[in-house]
Amino acid sequence: MKLKTKSRIAVFFLAYITWILITVKFTIPSLLVGLVFSIVTAIVAGEILIITERKFHLNRIIYTIAYILKLFWEMLKANLHVAYIVIHPKLPVKPGIVKIKTKLKRDSALTMLANSITLTPGTLTVDIDKENQILYIHWIDIVATDIKTATELIGNKFEKLLEEIFE
Amino acid sequence: MPNNQIVGYIFICLGILFDFFGVLGLVRLPDVYNRLQAATKCVTFGSAGILIGVFIYSGFTPTGFKSILCAIFVLLTSPVSAHAIARAAHRARIKLADETIIDKYEEDKELKEG
Repeated sequence: MKLKTKSRIAVFFLAYITWILITVKFTIPSLLVGLVFSIVTAIVAGEILIITERKFHLNRIIYTIAYILKLFWEMLKANLHVAYIVIHPKLPVKPGIVKIKTKLKRDSALTMLANSITLTPGTLTVDIDKENQILYIHWIDIVATDIKTATELIGNKFEKLLEEIFE
Repeated sequence: MPNNQIVGYIFICLGILFDFFGVLGLVRLPDVYNRLQAATKCVTFGSAGILIGVFIYSGFTPTGFKSILCAIFVLLTSPVSAHAIARAAHRARIKLADETIIDKYEEDKELKEG
């Protein structure tokens, strides 16, 4: 089977399951409308979900769950950190933009890394230089300005898991 | 009151608390980038908390599933919009706050353009 057809079928099932979950009505008109809209969605935007041919591994699911748990823990820490800064009467900020280097190459992995960095303590992705694999990060409370230490402090906690999931 | 409603109310209250911190940060912090930090983190977590609270409150009903879907979309889209706003602000040459120590992005951009 061609890759695009496979991707379209996956999108169709995803859309149909979502429709059933948000309506929870098992009448024939409702199911038919859902079917029609799922087919339209699969035809219009179906080819972007699966891009490469890769084997399905159980390991990847375990790593994904570990990644989600880690992301939630880091988000909780991020929120407490920002809350502390905001409540503090003197506003202890030391902002600036630093560079970090990454080993990831795929678009999806880079997107997830940038999103994770934005959601974690005190850091916000400003731009990505894809050719040199550099991310520009706005840091609210700078600890280190050189590229090596910054990479260790910001990027490394997610990079390993994302490498396992996407690469 | 059933247990799940009490837990739902606790989640909703926590979400509102974090939303409050985010708004406070939006008012108090010095420049665009710092304000974005407070706005994205706290508002994402707070809004997701409220939506998960609604899911726990109403259980496996259409309302509950819709709120879970909304939580997923908020978690996926809000960092992207923050990134877009930060990049646009930097390209429009909006100055960073006086407390700023270093701006590597500006240095690299000048090298590229020069």
